[in-house]
Amino acid sequence: LCPGCEFLFPQASMMFVQCTRQCASSVLLIALLCCFLSPPAQASKSSEDIRCKCICPPYRNISGHIYKKNVLQKDCNCLHVVEPMPVPGNDVEAYCLLCECKYEERSTTTIKVIIIIYLSVVGALLLYMAFLVLVDPLIRKPDAYTQPLHNEEENEDARSLAAAPTPSGARANTVLERVEGAQQRWKRQVQEQRKTVFDRHKMLS
Amino acid sequence: MDQKGYRRGSFQSSTSDEDMLEIAGASLDFSMADDDPPLDREMGGFSSYNGGGMNGTSTMMDFLEEPLPGVGTYEDFNTIDWVREKSRDRDRHREITSRSKESTWALIHSVSDAFSGWLLMLLIGLLAGSLAGLIDISAHWMTDLKEGVCLAGFWFNHEHCCWKSDTTFTDRDQCPEWKSWSQLILGHGEGAFAYILNYFMYVIWALLFSLLAVLLVKGFAPYACGSGIPEIKTILSGFIIRGYLGKWTLIIKTITLVLAVSSGLSLGKEGPLVHVACCCGNILCHLFTKYRKNEAKRREVLSAAAAAGVSVAFGAPIGGVLFSLEEVSYYFPLKTLWRSFFAALVAAFTLRSINPFGNSRLVLFYVEFHMPWHLLELVPFILLGIFGGLWGAFFIRSNIAWCRRRKTTKLGKYPVLEVFVVTAITAVLAFPNEYTRMSTSELISELFNDCGILDSSKLCEYVNDFNSTKGDDLPDRAAGPGVYTAMWQLALALIMKVFITIFTFGMKVPSGLFIPSMAVGAIAGRLLGVAVEQLAYYHHDWAIFSGWCSQGADCITPGLYAMVGAAACLGGVTRMTVSLVVIMFELTGGLEYIVPLMAAAMTSKWVADAIGREGIYDAHIRLNGYPFLEAKEEFSHKTLAMDVMRPRRNDPPLTVITQDSMTVEDVETIINETTYSGYPVVVSRESQRLVGFVLRRDLIISIENARKKQDGIVSTSIIYFTDHSPPLPPSSPSMLKLRSILDLSPFTVTDQTPMEIVVDIFRKLGLRQCLVTHNGKLLGIITKKDVLKHIAQLANQDPDSILFN
Repeated sequence: LCPGCEFLFPQASMMFVQCTRQCASSVLLIALLCCFLSPPAQASKSSEDIRCKCICPPYRNISGHIYKKNVLQKDCNCLHVVEPMPVPGNDVEAYCLLCECKYEERSTTTIKVIIIIYLSVVGALLLYMAFLVLVDPLIRKPDAYTQPLHNEEENEDARSLAAAPTPSGARANTVLERVEGAQQRWKRQVQEQRKTVFDRHKMLS
Repeated sequence: MDQKGYRRGSFQSSTSDEDMLEIAGASLDFSMADDDPPLDREMGGFSSYNGGGMNGTSTMMDFLEEPLPGVGTYEDFNTIDWVREKSRDRDRHREITSRSKESTWALIHSVSDAFSGWLLMLLIGLLAGSLAGLIDISAHWMTDLKEGVCLAGFWFNHEHCCWKSDTTFTDRDQCPEWKSWSQLILGHGEGAFAYILNYFMYVIWALLFSLLAVLLVKGFAPYACGSGIPEIKTILSGFIIRGYLGKWTLIIKTITLVLAVSSGLSLGKEGPLVHVACCCGNILCHLFTKYRKNEAKRREVLSAAAAAGVSVAFGAPIGGVLFSLEEVSYYFPLKTLWRSFFAALVAAFTLRSINPFGNSRLVLFYVEFHMPWHLLELVPFILLGIFGGLWGAFFIRSNIAWCRRRKTTKLGKYPVLEVFVVTAITAVLAFPNEYTRMSTSELISELFNDCGILDSSKLCEYVNDFNSTKGDDLPDRAAGPGVYTAMWQLALALIMKVFITIFTFGMKVPSGLFIPSMAVGAIAGRLLGVAVEQLAYYHHDWAIFSGWCSQGADCITPGLYAMVGAAACLGGVTRMTVSLVVIMFELTGGLEYIVPLMAAAMTSKWVADAIGREGIYDAHIRLNGYPFLEAKEEFSHKTLAMDVMRPRRNDPPLTVITQDSMTVEDVETIINETTYSGYPVVVSRESQRLVGFVLRRDLIISIENARKKQDGIVSTSIIYFTDHSPPLPPSSPSMLKLRSILDLSPFTVTDQTPMEIVVDIFRKLGLRQCLVTHNGKLLGIITKKDVLKHIAQLANQDPDSILFN
């Protein structure tokens, strides 16, 4: 299917902070495109995924019935699909005029892939939220970045700590510190947005 | 020295009395900006730029010719300067064209630059279509998850689970692979206990989904709540909201939209899909320099992306373009029209190839009947229009009142609890009535559907007379008991939806409003249609019916009434005109119904406009206080520019900067003491003759930069904006030339200019501020915020409600 896609999505947030902004956007774009376009492209038309459905209403003393058969679109008509024919030979045409035949196809692979992608993204987000709420405060005891989910009134210390650049004189070049820096920036952004929307009700009320 | 010749255009600066970004002193924290390159010192981008650009002995002139990073960008919650952005783009284009004659590489570059717009539209269409496919399939599955699960593969929803199995004609919804929760837990699906268990599981799932949605929104992207269309309208008119169209907002909005729709709340996904598509557009703009650096060009792309969003929501590409033109965009040049259509088409095609509904249909409620209608039926259609207008006005009033209450009282402090309570009430009230238990899209689909002989739903339980059936063309029949049951259940559903949508729209989950309004209209239309049908059946000898509706003819189509009702209600709420009719007839695939749709849409718009002037999105813009200058209203008062300009009579005089007699310290004092986002530059304080206009942000950046990088700039250095430095004794410190950040062509009006013309200028050119002169001397300044406050005052609204900038 798309073996790299399930890997790409949960790791996407890590990849964002490692690349530059442009690189991250391209990576996201490519990931999304590959994940969403390759399943339909690769979806083999298994024989269960196409069918011709003929719905025949009640006719005289015959009750209504639905006939389904896996045929190609050119064979999707009453004569090929309705078997066994409930009416004798001279009535077949009249019966078939009442029947309505439609060709339907679907892609079970697409459905399966999309649902699994969706559930994995939701799971990843929930795990990340749990991490931020439970594990992060324990790791970062010295800093004041606690409980990003609560609408606490930020005291001035926290704000000035947030506004000041990280005190390292040397360039924070290691991957981990860059990731942390980006994550702190993102958290500040989200806190700012939360204050705007939830606390001060300046937007989206 | 090839100076670009570009003067920074006039900035729309007005007093920003909100400090959204804590500007500590004169240093700005650019790392908060989502879209701009970070100017963090430790990131090193800044120093490497200047390190590569100059050596120790470079002259002042060299240094100041290069545009500094950060100059020309905007702060959050500010308005862009359309004039400057457009002229910047023209300069860039001119340069590329002139350079393209030099080498083949430059020629290729110019060709690729021209094509980049189309490539971007293609990518936006692909991404928007894919995301819409994801949302549709997931929402479909999760909605059915509330009722049961498929044993053949948990990822199938009810329809796909029963796709393969043999169902009988009478029992089309049951199949052995699909198990409801009571069947799964108890083993059987009948009985009171099973019903209660199903009820319980339904409510639990609904609560789980909505709680998850609101927690994700609150935790990761608070901007992802609401519909998004009012904010996108404001952004497209030139406002900057950083992060509103970012990556996290996109991800969270997509995920939580599915959760919110699946939880059974009375909301739709069309408005949020526009937001999702605009996020895609904004993110993909970063791949192309042309659109990344220019805010005006980016807004053209966002207009096209909004068209793609509506196109995938309704399966209506033309309707999407017209919606973008009519409702969402502020400026819509002709080039955008063609590109929007391309993006909408690509998005619709991508969605169709993902095929979420299994039949190559794009929308769940695509109808295919083509029954003719009679001229006399216009009377009930106009009645539906009146109903739609009345309901629209009622909904807007009550929803705005409720949102205002949420904004100002304690109700706003408990968003999660609010979502929980509303979902609980919705789920508990919705389960007993089968028409509210099914998802709203399915309800609309069933109501639009014309009853054929093969339909087994309750709504189609007419008294059939099989001897006179001629195939699928059924005559009007008497209503059976199923129809009567369906009627009162639908009436209850109507009342419930009318009231619960008021409390649902605007909650802190992604919520759209198209589907609930269409549902209300469809229910009302179907009720009226069945009533008219039965009237025609039982009284076919009356004068009004005898001409065209004799016994045994199929003359009344209740499905058409439902469609017209849906259009009327949607028009009453959003006040859409052309785009509504086009969307509806693209949904139905037939041009026969244009006249009824237009009649209903026009009537509903007139009735609703008579009660209240604004549509729901404009009302929300006004509620939130966004600085949106309405482009459609006429300004009809006789005030003059000098009535609106600042400083007023009792205010301190205008804060100006002189062109060559102020020191760095003086300018910094002015910047620290005032909060204006721009200052006029005059020749001298005595003459007050105008030279130009300079932006606060540019001043701060340039002065900071000069202090760090340039030799000899101290607090007593003179700042000059002229071409040549003023003569000074040789012992004075070196001077700072800031001509490159000065806008030499600010817009001016005289103090006797009527405000009608001033408002027109602001609208048409997209200005942020306009200087006022008297006899050639600078008198004052009018900003966009002043204009908005003035309009609000004259309309007897609260002028202090204009927030932001």
